[in-house]
Amino acid sequence: MTASLEKQPNLDQWLAITGDGRVVVRSGKVDIGQRISTALAAIAAEELDVSLDRIAMATVETGVSPDEGVTSGSNSMQDSGQAIRLAGATARRYLINKAAAQLDVEPASLEIADGLIRSRDTNRSVNYWELQGDQPFEVPIDPEATVKAPGDYEEVGNPQTARGLADLVTGQPIFVHDMNPPGMLHARVIRPPHYHARLHALDESACERIETSGVRVVRDGSHLAVAGADEYAVVKAAERLAAAADWDMRGGLPTADIFDAMKTNERVSLPVADGIPRREPVPDLPDPPADVATTLTARYEKPYHMHGSLGPSAALAQTDGDKIHIWTHSQGIYVLREALAGGLGMAEEDLHIVHVPGAGCYGHNGADDVAVDAALVARALPGTPILLKWTREDEHAWEPYSTCMAMAVQASLDAEGNVVAWSQESYGDTFMMRPRNSPPGEGARRLLPLRYIENGAEDPVPQPAMRYHVGIHRNLDPLYKFPNPRLVKNLVRGLPLRTSALRTLGGFANVYAIECFLDELAEAAGIDPVEFRLRHLDDDRAKACVQALADSLFKDSKPDNRGRGIGFAQYTNSKAYSAVGVELEVSDDAAIKLHRAVVSVDAGQVVDPDGLIMQSEGGFIQAASWALHEEVKFDRDGVTSRDWDSYPILRFDNIPEIETILIDRPGDPYLGAGEAVSGPAGAAIANAVYDTTGLRLRRMPFTPEALRAAAMS
Amino acid sequence: MAKSKLTVNGTAQEVDCDPATPLLYVLRNTLNLKGAKFGCGLEQCGACAVLIDGEPVLSCVRAVSEFDGQNITTVEGLSENGEPNAVQRAFIAESAAQCGYCTSGLVVATTALLKRNPQPSREDINEALADHLCRCGSHVRVLKAIDRLAAAGGSHDR
Repeated sequence: MTASLEKQPNLDQWLAITGDGRVVVRSGKVDIGQRISTALAAIAAEELDVSLDRIAMATVETGVSPDEGVTSGSNSMQDSGQAIRLAGATARRYLINKAAAQLDVEPASLEIADGLIRSRDTNRSVNYWELQGDQPFEVPIDPEATVKAPGDYEEVGNPQTARGLADLVTGQPIFVHDMNPPGMLHARVIRPPHYHARLHALDESACERIETSGVRVVRDGSHLAVAGADEYAVVKAAERLAAAADWDMRGGLPTADIFDAMKTNERVSLPVADGIPRREPVPDLPDPPADVATTLTARYEKPYHMHGSLGPSAALAQTDGDKIHIWTHSQGIYVLREALAGGLGMAEEDLHIVHVPGAGCYGHNGADDVAVDAALVARALPGTPILLKWTREDEHAWEPYSTCMAMAVQASLDAEGNVVAWSQESYGDTFMMRPRNSPPGEGARRLLPLRYIENGAEDPVPQPAMRYHVGIHRNLDPLYKFPNPRLVKNLVRGLPLRTSALRTLGGFANVYAIECFLDELAEAAGIDPVEFRLRHLDDDRAKACVQALADSLFKDSKPDNRGRGIGFAQYTNSKAYSAVGVELEVSDDAAIKLHRAVVSVDAGQVVDPDGLIMQSEGGFIQAASWALHEEVKFDRDGVTSRDWDSYPILRFDNIPEIETILIDRPGDPYLGAGEAVSGPAGAAIANAVYDTTGLRLRRMPFTPEALRAAAMS
Repeated sequence: MAKSKLTVNGTAQEVDCDPATPLLYVLRNTLNLKGAKFGCGLEQCGACAVLIDGEPVLSCVRAVSEFDGQNITTVEGLSENGEPNAVQRAFIAESAAQCGYCTSGLVVATTALLKRNPQPSREDINEALADHLCRCGSHVRVLKAIDRLAAAGGSHDR
């Protein structure tokens, strides 16, 4: 049984039948553009035998929605999808039995079409809305409920249109940024130049002039904000207040090269076995076995990446007596509530948090922090709705990044080209800084604004994540059958930038290293890269995924001047399988031009095929952007990647044709797929560059400067 | 404060505000048209695009006073009788949005492109969308939506 069902075992927590002919489905997972609500609606409609347009996906809010933690880790289909599937099956059986009693017939004689339950024997009927409208079920979900057989599916697996798409293309006000309740004030926050600076002095006369102009100045320690009715006046006031602030810089950011720092800084090192870190001494790297043919070593590196949400984070907050209501695009309303209640010393029940869409981000961006900024201003201006928006600069410079990482790999081959020894050590900062309040006090440390208020919290001290395939050790454990792999995670202290969860966590970097290194080994062994992977895999689904990719990518001979490369992984060795192939060209000016990508995905039973394809396309494009362009830069005085010029991302002029091959597994469990493609995609690009240039790219991003430097060395 | 006269989505409007206010704030706050989005405030991302006399313009920096007397069309104004127009329908048909934050700007830019050039080459498209960023990776679908419209032979109505 999933954690979601264990925590919320009752049917009424997931489903309600209304008197007006709808089925309200409650999930704790939020739609961030990944179309989870489309897939969940299809599952509910399928199991209940109602048409899709009867399904109303409820707003996700604390106190009402099931607590499913955070929408992350590609868990939504496996958690919420499975829960809603069983809820639908339980409800269907309940309704059949209730109808049978009411119609005085055998349950087996009943059939359902769009919520109309009809007896084949008597032709009498009753519909869901008459039978159960607005009444609670008051039964638990049966984890063993009989779900529909895939052969009977009418909605699941069929092409669907994403819910809400028409509103998006016609510009309807669906985002938190668009909210406009009566009496609302716009607000902005004024941040220090960098994390460690604190307010030294504020020009009080400047504050008075701002207040005289009708804009409120809200100050709590080093947390500065302005609020007013006219948004542009607030923007100008924020600029004036920033100019009036004198910051104590307290030394600035460490400026040592991050890749050197990952070698030399203090670190916590733990061996990893079967995807789980062990509190044991790290075994020494043994000498290669005496009879090996070849031993190779390499070190792969990636810099800090940002989520770079297209819309800066925003939140609306309003107090109501002792309560605070918050509207937010946070991916975890319950964990935000826990952390913020802890941080502000409030009862959780006094915080009401409602999810409203924001710009997509696929991780822990500024959403939670801006909600806290808004709550602080709302608390200072009781009863007034406060819409606080970050600026582009706030988002770029203050969101928690995906950590820089380094992966040191070593492997030995026997004379037949089999891997007989494998070691990988991965280094980086934490990915695990989403809001929470355990141990007590952690909530204030993890919510950025609460470090800047009077008597604010200290910076959090990350502890090594110890669960299966999380953080730095996500996909550290190769799926390939290498004898006794030596795997080590290294949580490095003293790195300069704030970090947390971004799509794939360490998976992107680890798969990049594994899959590039496999190509190096295959070449050393004189074996084709596809064959080299297949011979080291013993999982038939993994092999089928690689083979499907290879069959398409290599179907035709490649044009001159182009390179091809592949990558493969099963996300967390337990979720969707994906193999990615890339065909690209390196221009005379050392720029990488992406021509073609092929992606094969096995995500178990496919529910929303187009949604799955879009997640794959989006995962590829984001990974290509990371690999080709992205690197958060900084100096002693703060982050210098503060806009889209100083942090470029992939644009329309370098989007390849993408072919996605879905390997459907009817009846098999859903395997989370939102992050499966990115790791293999990064590796495939590097491998394709090698194929056409002979350059091994072991550090991202693969900019023209990096290619030229690799060619020189 | 000063008055600016604008025609927005076919309706004459007189707005009274600081003349330095960027057009985007006037559209979103004064006129309550939330379709155009604030993405960067630096004319770098395209989320705020609107049409001025049919040509795409980024609205997040330039002051409302610069647009006095001009015809402005926002994404809301592209719909016909409350129904999506051809470009919007093509975006729906190709699922050309994930989170949708960049979508208004892309619909506006695509509309302008196809009006000017009903069968654009990939280079034409790249040029027209050069200022538009998308972070979810819906680019492939946007390109397919444009292909779909081009294949319809420019029969779209705007």
